[in-house]
Amino acid sequence: MITLFYIGLFVCCFLCLYRIGRGPSAPDRTVAIDILGIVIVGFCAILGLATKKDFYLNVALAWALLSFIGTIALAKFLEGRSFDD
Amino acid sequence: MTDIMGYILIIIGILFDIFGCIGLVRFPDVYNRLQASTKCVTLGTILLLVGVALVSGSGPTSAKAIICAVFILITSPTAAHAIAKGAHASGVNLWENSIVDKYAEEKEN
Repeated sequence: MITLFYIGLFVCCFLCLYRIGRGPSAPDRTVAIDILGIVIVGFCAILGLATKKDFYLNVALAWALLSFIGTIALAKFLEGRSFDD
Repeated sequence: MTDIMGYILIIIGILFDIFGCIGLVRFPDVYNRLQASTKCVTLGTILLLVGVALVSGSGPTSAKAIICAVFILITSPTAAHAIAKGAHASGVNLWENSIVDKYAEEKEN
């Protein structure tokens, strides 16, 4: 059962990596990075369920925060503004 | 019983994740990809985290999973909105079969 969860999330990660590598423009890659961050949060939760250790959920929380901040920074960069604007 | 419900929620969530990522690869345009993948992956990951919280029972693990789910529910649409605005401002064209662009019309007026 847990192995099936791993396989499904690995498929998601590789589809996102395909779009990051292939994407014709910068916003395509930004979308894929955002989605990859959210998928990895779920992956950390599945790891915490499989190993019965709850620090993986701390990793998931920190990853969600950093992914959100990085996505907002990339979006402002795409819009052509500086970070304190 | 709650274990079975949790595993069912996790399976539905991972299916939504896979569908969202297939949409990310197959759709023709930044905006189509954004709307397919963001909505599907947000719902899928929230279902997955609620399922993990149900399976792991009451304790710190389920509390952290619920906090994580609420955080993703708040931040993911915000990030998608920012990316869409940034993509439009950086000059990415719409797909050729798109029929309306209200944001460009609004900026012209």
